Amino acid sequence: MNGLADSIVPGNSEDAQRSWLAALHDWVVTVDHKRLGIMYVVTALGFLVVAGLEASTMRLQLAWSNLHVVSPGTFNQLFTMHGTTMVFLVGIPLVFGFGNYLVPLMIGARDLAFPRLNAFGFWILLFGGVLLYFSVVGGEGLYGAGSSPAVGWFAYAPLTERAFSPGNATDYWTLAILVTGFGTIATAINLVVTILTMRGPGMTLGRMPIFVWEILTISALTLLILPPLSAAQIMLLLDRFLGAHFFDTQAGASAVMWQHFFWFFGHPEVYILILPAFGFASEIIPVFSRKVIFGYVTLVAASAGIGLVGMGTWAHHMFSVGMGSPLNSAFTASTMLVGVPTGVKIFNWLGTLYGGKIRFQTPMLFCSAFLFQFLCAGLTGIMLAVAPFDWQLTDSYFVVAHFHFTLIGGLVFTVFAAIYYWFPKATGRMLSERLGRWHFWLFVIGFNLTFLTMHVPGMLGMERRIYTYPADRGWDVWNLVTTLGVPLQILGVLLFVVNIVVSLRQGAPAGNDPWDAWTLEWATSSPPPPYNFAVVPVVSSRRPLWDLKHPDDPDGPHE
Amino acid sequence: MINTHSVDGPVVSGANAFMAGATETIHWLAQRLSHRLMRCRQPQFAAGASALASILLPVVGARADGPAQTPSIFAPVSTPAFAIRELAMFVLGITGIIFLVVAGLGAYGLIRFRRRRGDSGQEPPQVYGSRQIELAWTVVPVLIVAVLFLVTARYIFAIEQRVPSADTLEVTVIGHQWWWEFRYPRLGIVTANELRLPVSDPAHPTPTFLTLQSADVIHSFWIPQLAGKTDVIPNKTNRMWVEPQQTGTYVGQCAEYCGLQHAGMLLTATVLTRDDFARWVAAQQAPAPEEAQALRGRELFASLACSSCHTVKGTSANGVFGPDLTHLMSRSTLGSGVARNTPENLRRWVEDPASLKPGSLMPAMQLSHDDLDRVTAYLLTLR
Amino acid sequence: MTSVGKAESMGLDAVWRGRIGMIGLIVAEASLFAVFVVAYLFYLGKSLNGPYPKDALEVPLFNTVCLLTSSATVAAAVRALRRGQARRSGGWFLLTLALGVVFLVGTAREWYRLILGHGLTIGTNLFGTTFYALVGLHASHVSVGILILALLSIFAYSGALWPAHVERAELAAWYWHFVDGVWVVVFTVVYLVGR
Repeated sequence: MNGLADSIVPGNSEDAQRSWLAALHDWVVTVDHKRLGIMYVVTALGFLVVAGLEASTMRLQLAWSNLHVVSPGTFNQLFTMHGTTMVFLVGIPLVFGFGNYLVPLMIGARDLAFPRLNAFGFWILLFGGVLLYFSVVGGEGLYGAGSSPAVGWFAYAPLTERAFSPGNATDYWTLAILVTGFGTIATAINLVVTILTMRGPGMTLGRMPIFVWEILTISALTLLILPPLSAAQIMLLLDRFLGAHFFDTQAGASAVMWQHFFWFFGHPEVYILILPAFGFASEIIPVFSRKVIFGYVTLVAASAGIGLVGMGTWAHHMFSVGMGSPLNSAFTASTMLVGVPTGVKIFNWLGTLYGGKIRFQTPMLFCSAFLFQFLCAGLTGIMLAVAPFDWQLTDSYFVVAHFHFTLIGGLVFTVFAAIYYWFPKATGRMLSERLGRWHFWLFVIGFNLTFLTMHVPGMLGMERRIYTYPADRGWDVWNLVTTLGVPLQILGVLLFVVNIVVSLRQGAPAGNDPWDAWTLEWATSSPPPPYNFAVVPVVSSRRPLWDLKHPDDPDGPHE
Repeated sequence: MINTHSVDGPVVSGANAFMAGATETIHWLAQRLSHRLMRCRQPQFAAGASALASILLPVVGARADGPAQTPSIFAPVSTPAFAIRELAMFVLGITGIIFLVVAGLGAYGLIRFRRRRGDSGQEPPQVYGSRQIELAWTVVPVLIVAVLFLVTARYIFAIEQRVPSADTLEVTVIGHQWWWEFRYPRLGIVTANELRLPVSDPAHPTPTFLTLQSADVIHSFWIPQLAGKTDVIPNKTNRMWVEPQQTGTYVGQCAEYCGLQHAGMLLTATVLTRDDFARWVAAQQAPAPEEAQALRGRELFASLACSSCHTVKGTSANGVFGPDLTHLMSRSTLGSGVARNTPENLRRWVEDPASLKPGSLMPAMQLSHDDLDRVTAYLLTLR
Repeated sequence: MTSVGKAESMGLDAVWRGRIGMIGLIVAEASLFAVFVVAYLFYLGKSLNGPYPKDALEVPLFNTVCLLTSSATVAAAVRALRRGQARRSGGWFLLTLALGVVFLVGTAREWYRLILGHGLTIGTNLFGTTFYALVGLHASHVSVGILILALLSIFAYSGALWPAHVERAELAAWYWHFVDGVWVVVFTVVYLVGR
C-alpha cells in the first residue's frame, strides 16, 4: 500500500506521466472520507492564505492615519471578502474536513454513511468559493469593471438592497454562501448518520472520543441554524431580483429582521467553529500529558450545553439596535450563561495536565498557547456580554480583537496542533519538530502582538470597518504595533507550508502510532488503507489502545 | 444611582478612586517625562520619548478638560458614559481576577508537570475525574454569572429607562450616507455634523435627549465620552440621552458600516456653558445673513441645482437631501469632518467633493472658474 | 481489545441510516420554513398599502383536502409495496402525484386570481412579499415531491420497484408527509390566523 506521499508525489512510480494523471483522476473522483477530508483541509488552508493576504493589506492601510495604500472601495471589499472567506471557506471546511477524516477512524467505521453525498459536499464548497472570488472580475456586471462585495461579511440590510448596492457584487456573496451552505448541511447529515449508525463493535456513544461528540454536536447544530441563513439569503435574492420587500424599509419592512435571522445563524456558527477546536484540545492534551482526559462526561455535557444555550444568545450582537431593556437583559443573561460550560472545559483541561508528564512537542505547544488565549477570549466575551459595556465596545476594534482571539487564538492554533498531530497518520511521515517550533514561536508572538494590542484602540473609540482614521485620535501608534505582528505571522505560516511540502518527501517515517496515543485511528497503518481497518477492532473502553498497552489496568472499570 | 457620577457603592468607589489615582499619577509622570525629555539635546531621543508619552497619555491620561481628541471610553464626561465606566471597572475587576487565577493555575501546571530529563517513561496515575471538584467549578462560575447579571441588569434599566422632563433639550439626529443631520425641533434649528449641547450641572441635571432616525441605511451614533452607541436604523426610531458635565469638544464617528464613506462620517459634540449655548441658539435661529457683495453668488446658488439639495433659511433654497447650509461657517469642518472648513477647502469641495471625500453623493457641480468663486464667496458669508 | 471475524456495528441498524438522513433533511427544511413563517407573522398588519389578506385571500379548502388526502394515498402505496404489490403501489403513487398536481394547479389559479384580479404581486407590499415567498417555497417543495413520486411510479410500473426497496420508498413518503405538514402550518398561519 503506497503512502499518501506516493500517491501525490509521482517520482516513485514507473510511468511518471501516466501516474500524474491517474493520481489526479483518483483524487477528483474519490468518495473516500480520508481523501475528501484532506481535500477540505488543503482547500481551507489555501483560502486561509488568500484571506490572510487580504488582512495583511488592510493592516498596511491602517498602520498609520490617513494612508493611501488602497482606495476606500477596495478596503471595504477587502474586509468583506476577508471575513466571508475566513468563516465560510476556511473555518467550515477545516472543521468538517477534520470531521470527515477522523470520525470513521475514531469510531471504527469504514467510511461515512453516504460517500457520494460526501463528495458532493466538498465540490459544492469549492464551487462556492470559486464563485465568490469570481466576483473580483464579474462583480459589477456588464457595465463596469468587476468588483467583490463590499457589504461586510454579515451583509446588513438595507445596505444590501439594490438601491444601495448596485451591480452584482452582493449577489456573488449571497449565491456563493447559499450554495456552500447546502454542502455543509449535506455533510452534517452525513456525519450524524455515521455517528449514530456505523460505530464499530463495543463503541457505545459513551466510549466515543470527545472530538466525535463535538462533531455530532456541531452537525446537529448545523441542521438547525444554517437554514435560517439560507432563508435570509433567499429573501435577499427575492428583494434584489423580484422586487420583494423583505428588507425594504421604505415599504415598511424591518432592517433589524435581517440581523435577527443572520445572528440566529451567526452566533451558533461560531460555536460550530470552536467546538471542534475544543475536540482537538481534548484529544491532544491528554496524550501529551500522558493522562486520561479529566471529566469525560462533564466535557460532553458542556458541549451539549454550549450548543443548546448558544442558540439563545444571538441578539448579543444587537445590543445597540434598541431592542429594549428586557431583551437586552435576557440576552446578557444567556450570553453569560454560555460562558459557564466553556469555562468548565478549560478547568477540565487543566485537570488533565495536573499530575501529568507533559511533553512539549509542537502539537502541545499550540495547545498550551490555546489555553491562555481562549481564556482571554472567553473573558473579553464576558465583558461584551455586559450590554452597557457592549454599547461602548461593540463595532469597535475591541470586538475585532475578541473574535480574532477566539478564532485564531482558539481555532487556528488548535488546527495547527491537529495538523502536526494527525499529519503522520494521514501521510505516514512526521512533520519536522524544528520547523514546527519556529512556526509556533513566530506565530504566537506575531498573533499576540497584533491582537492583544488591538484591544486598546477599541477602548480608545476606534470603530471597525473604517478604511482610515484622523491623525488626532491617538490611535496611530497602536495600529502600527498591531501591524508589526503581521510579518511574524506570515513568516510562521510560510515555514508551516515549507514544513508540509518538505516532510511529504523527507519526513521521518511515522509508523502506526508515533505519539503513543490511545484512540482507534492509531490502531491502523499510517496512512490507513482505504477500508480503514482490516478487521474492525472491538473496544471495551474510551481508550482502546490504552487497554491494549496496559492489560493489567484497563480503563473500563474506572469509567 | 446614575443621576450623578459621585454616588457609588464602596467597592466601585474604591476601584474608581484607585483608577483615578493611578490615572492621575501616570498622567503626571508622563507629562514630567515628556517635559524633561523635550529639553533633551538629542532630538531623536526626545522624539522617541515624546512618542512614548503620546502612547501613555491617550490610554491612561485621557483628560476631559480642553480638546480631548482621543475618544477613550474610560474618559467619560457624561452621565451614561460614567455609568458604563463604573460597570466596566466592576466587570474588569472580576474578569481580571479570574484571568490571574486560571492563567496562574495553567502556567503553574504546565511548568510543574512537565516531563523531566531521565524520566522513567512510566505513565503517571490516571485520574478520570472528580465529581466534587467538577461540581464546584461549575457552581462557582454560575454564582459569579448570577452576580454579574444582576448588577448589569440594574445598569441596563437605569440607563435605558431615563425619561425626559418637559423642558429637556431634544435633538433629532438623522443619519445620511455619509453625514449627520441635527434638528432641534423646539428651537427651530437645523444643522449638520457638529452637535452643540449645553453643559449639565450635576446638582441640577439637564440631560439632552436624542431621537435617532435614518434616511437610508443603518448607521450608529457614537461619541464614546458621552454615551454608548445607539444604532440609527431606517423605519425605526431610537432614543438615547447624554448629560455632559464638562465643557469641551468630544469626538466620535458613525459606528455601523454604511457604505463607501463610513469612515468619513465623523462626529463632534461641543459642550458649551448655558450662556454660550443660548448665544449659539440665537445665532442659529437667525436667517442667513444677506451681504451685498455676495448677491451674485446667492443668485447662482438659488438658480443652480444647489437649492434642490440644500436649505438656506431665509432664501428660496429648501432642499433636504444635503446638509442645511444656513450657518455653514459656524462649523469647523466640511464633509462631516473630512476637511477643515477653510476657504480653500470650501472651494475645492464645491468644485469636486470627491477630491476631498471619494464617493460623496454630492456631484461635482461643473461650475466655471468665476461662478465657483462667486458661489464660494457667498457660502463664506453664511456665518 | 480482541478482534473477531465479523464486526457488528453499534448503534442503530443499517436501515436507520436512510431514516436518520431523511429526518436530518426534514429538520433542516423545517428550520428553513420556520424563518419564512416568522417573517410572515412579523409582517402581518405592517403593509403600507393594500391589497390586504382579508380582501384578497380565499380559503383553499379543496386544495388542502387534496393535499392531505395525498398523504393517505402515499401511505397506502408504501403498504402495498411492503405486501409485495408493486404495480398496485405504483397506482397509489400515481394517485398521490395527481393529487399533488391538482394542488399545484389550484395554487396557480389562486395566484392568477391574486395577480390579475387584486393586483397583488411579490412587489406590491409586505403581504405580497411574504405570501408569495412562503407559499412559493412550499409549492417548490411540492414540485420536487412530484418529481420523486413520478420516478417511483415509473419504477413501479416498469417492474424496477421491489419489496426490498420499501424502506427507501418509505423515506420518499416521509418527505411527502413533511411537505403536507408544512402546508398545515402555512394554511393555519396564512388563511386562518392572518386573514
